Amino acid sequence: MKRRLDGFVWIGLGIALLLALFLSPFASTSPDGIEKVAETKGFSEKGENWKFWKHAPLSDYTLPWIKNEKVSTTLSGLVGTLAIFFIAMGIGKLIKKR
Amino acid sequence: MHIPDGFLSHSINAATFVISFGACAYGVKRVNRNFGEREVPLMGVTAAFIFAAQMINFPVAGGTSGHFLGAVFSSVLLGPWASLLIMTIVLVVQCLGFADGGLTAIGSNIFNMGVIGALGGYGVFIFLYTLFQKSRRGFFIALAISSWLSIVMGSSAAAIELAASGTSPLKVALPAMAGIHAIIGIGEAIITTTAVSLILKTRPDLVTSYVKKGAPYEKTP
Repeated sequence: MKRRLDGFVWIGLGIALLLALFLSPFASTSPDGIEKVAETKGFSEKGENWKFWKHAPLSDYTLPWIKNEKVSTTLSGLVGTLAIFFIAMGIGKLIKKR
Repeated sequence: MHIPDGFLSHSINAATFVISFGACAYGVKRVNRNFGEREVPLMGVTAAFIFAAQMINFPVAGGTSGHFLGAVFSSVLLGPWASLLIMTIVLVVQCLGFADGGLTAIGSNIFNMGVIGALGGYGVFIFLYTLFQKSRRGFFIALAISSWLSIVMGSSAAAIELAASGTSPLKVALPAMAGIHAIIGIGEAIITTTAVSLILKTRPDLVTSYVKKGAPYEKTP
């Protein structure tokens, strides 16, 4: 039994895009686990002194030219989700057996 | 638990990079053996879902937030080696594209969330699933425990790296990291079991780790 995949892939991608669209702008902005530990245990400044990679185009999940914070997060999430879909599929294609 | 630049020493970053790189190289070989035309779009959609879900931080105790990791989730769907590669792709894109996780710490982040989270988490899952004699209920118990543990183990590995880098002593970092991630891990277990049970209901053939009693799922050639 080999069922077609198209339906599942489109539905799955649709769910991912909906998450990025409607939930990501309402995500908690509190520090995450390691950031909180760094704050309370007093080593967070170690991570603020320098950054090795300074050219992230969508730094901190925002589009730099969009002022509205929620719109900016949503759009960066859409871009990222689609980009990951194609990158992962491309890499999968490269390494699958021929 | 994405570690930024500056938290870890160069020797720790180098050591974890070598381990992670080796694991990924071996993972490519394993995935090459198992992947057909069918798995390629599944890999894309699983990675996309994990990326989107990781953006949604949920609040946990004491002004802290956590988010879904998805390492055990993708292991159960596509196998641990494909899962390691998916986590690696997500982490590299988050680092280079979104400044989430440091580039110097990429080896450590892949180690904590891919090698420990995906491979280690899957090892726990298979151990427990076998222990429960591959029953349906055992599948979900194993899934819940292993996805929770993947977060606790990954964050503990991060704490050990912080201690070995001289950033924070182990007796401070380990209980703090494991403690808060024990709570975040509950969210991981809830999301993982819910998502997998939904897929199992609609497309059981896509959950490769699930063994139907009496009739093991046949892998397509």
